Amino acid sequence: MAYQNNPPVVNRLAQSLTTACLAVGIILAVIIAGKTSSGAMQFHAFIIIASFLVGIIAIFNLGARINEDGLEASPSGVFYNNTIVKYGVIASAFWGIAGFLVGDVLAWQLAFPVLNFDLPWTNFGRLRPLHTSAVIFAFGGNVLIATSFYVVQRTCKARLAGEIAPWFVFWGYQLFIVLAATGYLLGITQSKEYAEPEWYVDLWLTIVWVVYLLVFLGTLWRRKEPHIYVANWFYLAFIVTVAMLHLVNNASVPVSFVNPKSYSAFSGVQDALTQWWYGHNAVGFFLTAGFLGIMYYFVPKRAERPIYSYRLSIVHFWSLIFLYIWAGPHHLHYTALPDWAQTLGMTFSVMLWMPSWGGMINGLMTLSGAWDKLRTDPVLKMLVVSVAFYGMSTFEGPLMSIKAVNGLSHYTDWTIGHVHSGALGWVAFVSFGALYCLTPWLWNRKGLYSLKLVNIHFWVSTVGILLYICAMWVSGIMQGLMWRAYTDLGFLEYSFVETVAAMQPYFIIRAIGGLLFIIGSLVMVYNLWRTIRGDIADEATPENIDRAIAAQALGE
Amino acid sequence: MSEENKKIDEFSGVETTGHEWDDIKELNNPMPRWWVWTFIVTCIWGFAYMFLYPSWPLINDYYKGYLGETNRDRVHAELSMVAQERGQFSERIKSMDLEDIDTDRELHVYALEGGRAAFGDNCAPCHGTGAQGFVGYPNLNDDDWIWGGSLEDIHYTISYGIRGVHDDTRLNDMPAYLRDELLTRDEIESVATYVQSLSDKSVTASSEGQNLFMDNCALCHGEDGKGLREFGAPNLTDAITLYVTDRDSIVDIISYSRSGVMPTWNGRLDEATIKSLAIYVHSLGGGE
Repeated sequence: MAYQNNPPVVNRLAQSLTTACLAVGIILAVIIAGKTSSGAMQFHAFIIIASFLVGIIAIFNLGARINEDGLEASPSGVFYNNTIVKYGVIASAFWGIAGFLVGDVLAWQLAFPVLNFDLPWTNFGRLRPLHTSAVIFAFGGNVLIATSFYVVQRTCKARLAGEIAPWFVFWGYQLFIVLAATGYLLGITQSKEYAEPEWYVDLWLTIVWVVYLLVFLGTLWRRKEPHIYVANWFYLAFIVTVAMLHLVNNASVPVSFVNPKSYSAFSGVQDALTQWWYGHNAVGFFLTAGFLGIMYYFVPKRAERPIYSYRLSIVHFWSLIFLYIWAGPHHLHYTALPDWAQTLGMTFSVMLWMPSWGGMINGLMTLSGAWDKLRTDPVLKMLVVSVAFYGMSTFEGPLMSIKAVNGLSHYTDWTIGHVHSGALGWVAFVSFGALYCLTPWLWNRKGLYSLKLVNIHFWVSTVGILLYICAMWVSGIMQGLMWRAYTDLGFLEYSFVETVAAMQPYFIIRAIGGLLFIIGSLVMVYNLWRTIRGDIADEATPENIDRAIAAQALGE
Repeated sequence: MSEENKKIDEFSGVETTGHEWDDIKELNNPMPRWWVWTFIVTCIWGFAYMFLYPSWPLINDYYKGYLGETNRDRVHAELSMVAQERGQFSERIKSMDLEDIDTDRELHVYALEGGRAAFGDNCAPCHGTGAQGFVGYPNLNDDDWIWGGSLEDIHYTISYGIRGVHDDTRLNDMPAYLRDELLTRDEIESVATYVQSLSDKSVTASSEGQNLFMDNCALCHGEDGKGLREFGAPNLTDAITLYVTDRDSIVDIISYSRSGVMPTWNGRLDEATIKSLAIYVHSLGGGE
């Protein structure tokens, strides 16, 4: 069926309005730069002025490019916006490497504190939020924006809504990352885990995120398909919930319009609960729901098999959405948080186990009829292993939320290991799988430069992840047991410093695991770069072998 | 539309839902039985737990749970159990003299154990887990004491600290001879040589250095340089030093002085723990 689509046009009104808004932003930034007494905030104001000026020029450039040069429609007749997804792929790869590198530096710092170099900018305390924000928001966020923009267009058979708006989302989000990251290094933080940026950066992200929601909804609105595909349910849940979480947890009062510092609207245990309601649902809706959206498109697409069960996807989607939002208090077991909230946090986390596994079952069972492809397609292997890691960490999560287990695991390295089995095994691997799929599709290449390199990436990184999480399991459980070891007379067996010293070998193993993971990612970046250049490695792929056998049989 | 698009999947023989997006179809498989049942069981368990323990918030209060048990109750119960078990020991330690505790076999063992645990969490960060000390933090295993190594002395130091916040804290103040312009740079050099000669026989000092030492340092460190515990003035004639022994460091200390701080533990730790710590530190090897 062919669809009637008009070539996209950049609206003059949208151009003028956006320019006007950016101009107002520049004026505000100039005032802040002139009046603030904080050098870091002034630096941020200059970054904003420069990027808004570039933005205004880009808006008119975009109009000239699209309206005058015109675009080519895809074979199905839709004018897909592929360029923005290409930018997203490159940004994802870039931020991924940056975030992984900072993470491994931190791992070495923990093993050898001298690597803090006694400088404020290279101190663990400032680098740690740089790492978490870089991997979650810069790498993960860019992967989510890029894949959601791709998936929503393809599964709706419609061009992305708006011409300026998607670019505003992409570049606005990069600006958010730069402001957040430079802020941490210069010492600007509101000290809320995973929500460290201060009020003015939060406001900027709010604007970007609302535009993102509008672009996504607008594209769904334009769809040529009667139904909305399950991947889009997950993407939409991710975008809407993250907006809500961001607004509530960052509610604060700035000291003044020209001061980076702000005070939270909540205090004491209410603040802690709000923070972990945010923190846990950032995991639930950013790192789980969003990436399930990726899984639901790229796994069936790569395996060329239908989704295993439509009914399961409905039930597990709604139960996941409903149950996840309650689970946050399990981060505050045995604290000043009232018992009733702890009970709800724990029970809902346990009830969340099967809804989480619904995604794993649908992902893995989609491969029935295509399991043989794992032998020949390392990209599919990566996607499948990511789903397996997803299953493992969503089993471990409910387990650790049980108070008796949490009493042992809380505040130990076990938590770090759990997070990284999800972050490296699930989030990063499913993202790598998506990037490996998208690059040849977007740049119109026959295939990746080298499947052999994908295989190397897969194995090097998998070994890295296993070293990481096994080291953290051992060190975390050891740490928990040492903390609670008593002598016959009822005194603590170990002092705290002894437990720290005991963990050093595992810190080193973890840092080596992280290093392997980075090496694997660099192999990917090289592979993607050669693919974009249009190169194909001369290697023994199954197709090449088939071709060689056929040629031999024909006596050539 | 979807009704007429329904097809049978060749591989599994299962019907599709008839939806299709970008070539992705869906099978109309039922939800796996075990999945549904496990989900139901976790829900039953969850609601049973909520019934038994404090769970739902109400308008002015919250549901207390069928068992009526709370975290706080449990902690109080466990703490009072520990207090009861330790009570007899700690009461006796609190009321008895240090010497008597040290000679009572049962109490001595208990105090050593308690002192070891308290040392690990309170003292080890500065003095080291083996009490071996670091530069600026004395080694507690040897018999070279700055303020005295009897049980009473150690107990006093732990209780009130050195240059701590308590009125009875141990206090002294070595002058900064260069900063306060008490001696010239050259004079400090010759005193430093004399101080070096006290512990290092290979160094020969001038009589000027010796005279300056007698005029400025001997009052606290003694004419023989062996130190005076009343003032917390260390012995300069042995090879054991709190800071480093090289010449530059000696010059630096005379020029600018040093004033390390040990916290006051009275009020932060209970009396039984402080006494146990004194007995533990005393037992490390250098106790007098």
